[in-house]
Amino acid sequence: MWTSFLIAVVVLLALALVFGGLLGFAAERFRVEGNPLVDQIDSLLPQTQCGQCGFPGCRPYAEAIAHGEAINKCPPGGESTIKALADLLDVEPQPLDAEHGVEQAKRVAVIREDECIGCTKCIQACPVDAILGAAKHMHTVIESECTGCDLCVEPCPVDCIDMVTLEPDIRTWTWTPPKPNLIATDRQGAST
Amino acid sequence: MTQLWNFAGGIHPPENKHQSTTRPIQQAGIPERLVLPLQQHIGEPAEVAVNVGDRVLKGQVVADVTSGMGVPVHAPTSGTIEAVEQLPVPHPSGMADWCVVLKPDGEDQWTELSPISDYKLMDREQVLQIIRNAGIAGMGGAGFPTDIKLRPPRDRKVETLILNGAECEPYITADDMTMREHAAEVVSGMQVMAWILRPARCVIGIEDNKPDAIAAMQAAVQGTQIEIAVIPTKYPSGGEKQLIEILTGLEVPSGGIPADVGVMCQNIGTSLAVSRAVFEGKPLISRVVTLTGEALQQPGNVEALIGTPISYLLAQAGLHPEQLNRLVLGGPMMGYTLHSDDVPVVKTSNCVIAATAEELPAPPPEQPCIRCGQCALACPMELLPQQLFWYAKAAEFEKAEHLNLFDCIECGACSYVCPSSIPLVQYYRYAKGETRQQRAEQLKSDHARERFEARQARLEREQQEKEQRRKERAKAAAEAQAKKQAEAEQAAQQGEAVDDRAAKAALVQQALERKKAKAANKTAEAAATAPAPSQETASPDTTGEDQALPDIEALEKQLMQAQGKLDTMQGMLEEARAQQADNVDKLERAVAKNHDRVQRAEQALADARNVLAEQTSSAASE
Repeated sequence: MWTSFLIAVVVLLALALVFGGLLGFAAERFRVEGNPLVDQIDSLLPQTQCGQCGFPGCRPYAEAIAHGEAINKCPPGGESTIKALADLLDVEPQPLDAEHGVEQAKRVAVIREDECIGCTKCIQACPVDAILGAAKHMHTVIESECTGCDLCVEPCPVDCIDMVTLEPDIRTWTWTPPKPNLIATDRQGAST
Repeated sequence: MTQLWNFAGGIHPPENKHQSTTRPIQQAGIPERLVLPLQQHIGEPAEVAVNVGDRVLKGQVVADVTSGMGVPVHAPTSGTIEAVEQLPVPHPSGMADWCVVLKPDGEDQWTELSPISDYKLMDREQVLQIIRNAGIAGMGGAGFPTDIKLRPPRDRKVETLILNGAECEPYITADDMTMREHAAEVVSGMQVMAWILRPARCVIGIEDNKPDAIAAMQAAVQGTQIEIAVIPTKYPSGGEKQLIEILTGLEVPSGGIPADVGVMCQNIGTSLAVSRAVFEGKPLISRVVTLTGEALQQPGNVEALIGTPISYLLAQAGLHPEQLNRLVLGGPMMGYTLHSDDVPVVKTSNCVIAATAEELPAPPPEQPCIRCGQCALACPMELLPQQLFWYAKAAEFEKAEHLNLFDCIECGACSYVCPSSIPLVQYYRYAKGETRQQRAEQLKSDHARERFEARQARLEREQQEKEQRRKERAKAAAEAQAKKQAEAEQAAQQGEAVDDRAAKAALVQQALERKKAKAANKTAEAAATAPAPSQETASPDTTGEDQALPDIEALEKQLMQAQGKLDTMQGMLEEARAQQADNVDKLERAVAKNHDRVQRAEQALADARNVLAEQTSSAASE
C-alpha cells in the first residue's frame, strides 16, 4: 500500500519537475521584450504626435494608458479611437475628454509661402519631418506627410501657417449610410 | 453543346430590354461641346497634353498617363481645346473632376492613323502597346486598363478567355446591339486578345434572352475555334465571377482575380475597341450607349462620342422632361442616380435610364429586418447579407470584413428580394468605404509613426554627436593645460621662473621705495615752502603726467580693441538673427556686455584726457 502511494508521489513530483523545467525554459527562450500591450495601444493611436493628451507623443500616452491612464484624451483619434481602445482593453468607452480638445475634421498645415521668412522654427517643431525648407529659404509642408497636429503654428514668428480642413474630393468620397428609418405614415406626411 | 454550371442565388427581375432593341444603333453625331474627364479608368488620372486654344484632330491624344497605371484620353473629333477645368463627371457623389473641354469644328478630321494588316507578324508587347495607346479600359463598368489586364502574372497561365455577352442587368442592351451589328469586329477583337494570351479555350457567354445576338455571333465565329455558350437568363450571370462559374465551374477565390483560376473575362465593347485599335488604328473615342426609360419617346442604342453630354443624347431620344423623375446611369440594379444630366458619356457609361415616377418609384421606407433569410438565398456570392447588414449598421466593420464583406459584388439581389425594403447594398457600400478609409488612415498613422521614430532617433544621434564633440574638446583643452603646466614646471625646475618672479618683486619693491622717498621728499619740500599751493599741485602734476601719458595710450588701445570686438560681435548677432539661430540670446547678452565695456573704456579715456588737459592748462598757467 505504501509502495503505490510512494510511486504516485514520485511520479507526480517527476511530472511537476519536468513541466516546471519546460515552462521555465519556455519563459526564458520565448521571452517577449518590452510590453506588447503598449505596442498594441500605440498602433491604435492616430500618431499625430500632437501632445494634446498632455503626453509628449503617442507612445508616451500609450505607455500611460497601459499603466491605467484614461483612454479619452486623444482628440485627433476621436470616438473611433476611444472605441478601439475600449475594445482592446476591455473597458467601457467614455466620451472624449473636452479638456484636451474636441474632435475635428482632418486638417493639414499650409504655409503661406510668400510670407515665410525661412526661420526653420516650424521645421524644428514638426514631429514627423513633414516641413521642407532651409534657413533663409521658403518652407513648405509636404501634405501627404502632415498629420495635422498644428505644433508648427505656434512657433511661427510671422504667423504664416494655416490649418486647412481637408474637403472630401471625388477620389476620397465614400458612400454615406442610408438615411435613418422613416415609417410609411411619416413619409406620407413628409411628402404632402 | 457546351457544358454549363450554375451559381448559387440570383434573381429574375423584369428585363425591360425590348424597348431599346427595336431600332438599330444610331450615330449620335457631334454635340456643341465635348467634355473629356481625365480619369475614366482605374489608376492615375491622365495629365493634359494639350494647351487651351490648341486645335486637335480626331483621335489625337489630349491627355496621357506618364507614370503609374492608366490609359490616354483622345479627342473624339477635331476642334479646339476650349478649357481645362473642373466639371461634373458621372460619379455617384455628383462631384466635379478635371476635364478637357473640346469645341468641335465640325470637320471631323482624323489624325494620321496607322492600322495594322497582320498583327501576328508583330511582337505581343507591340500589340499591347497599341491597345494601351488607343486608350482602352474595361468598358463593362470598372474601367480597368485592358493592356494591364491582358498581362496576367507570369505564374498564372490563362486557360480560358471569356467574352462576357451575358448583359444580365435589366434595361441595358448596348452589348446585345453591338453583337448584332458588329459581330465580326467583336470576334476579331477577341482573336487578337486570344493571340496575346494563347488560351486553350475561347468562349463567348450570351444569355438566352438575346436570340438575335446569338445568331449573329454564331455566324461570325464560323471557322474559328471560339465557342458560343448560351446561358440561362438569371441575374447576375453577367457578373465576372458568376459567368466564370457558369462556363467553367471554377470559383474565383476570395480576394483573388480570375487569373488565379486561369480565366480572363473581357467585355464585348472592349473587344470591339481592341479590334478597331488594331485593324483600323482608331483609338477609343466612342461607345454604344443604351438610352431607355419611359420618359424617352424613342428609346434605343446610340454610338456616342466620349464626352457627349447626356442631356444632348436625351434630347435626341425625345426626352419628356416633365415625365422624368430619376436619371440613372447604368442599370437599375447596380447603377446610380445622376444629380444632373449635364455630365458627359465616359468610357464606362453603358446605359442611361430616364425613368418616370411609376417606372422607378422611390424605394419604400426601410423596415426592421425580420430575419427571413431571403437575401442569403439570393446572394450570388454565398455571403450572409443579414449579418453584414447588422454589422454595417452597428458600424462594426471589422466583423463585417470577417464575413467577407469585400467579396460582395454589390449586385443588389439582396435588396431586390428584401421584404422589409432594406437598402442592403447601400449599407455594404458604406461599410466598404469606411473600412477602406480606416485602412488608409491606419497606413498613414503607421507611416507617421515611422517618421516620428526616425526623427527621434536622428535627434538623439545628433545630441550624442554633440556630446561627443564637447567631450573631445574638453579633453583637448585639458591636455593643452597639462602640457602648459608641464612646461611651466620644467621651466621652474631650471629656476628661470623663480628668478623672473624675484626680479619682478624686486622691481615692485624698488618702485615702492622710490615712491616713498618721493613722498617723503615732497612732504619735506612742502614743509620747507609752506605757502606754495601751485607747487604743491605742480609737483604731483609732473608725477601725474609721467603716469598719464602712457595711460592714455593704453586706454586708447583698450578702447579700440573693445570697439573692434563689439563690431564683430554685432555682426555675428545680426547674422544669427537673420538665421534665427539658437545663440541669439547669448550673443545679445555678449553684445550688451561689450557695449558696456566700450562705454567704460571711453569714459576712462575721457577722464584721463580731462586730467591731462587740466594738467597742461595748470602747467601753462604756471
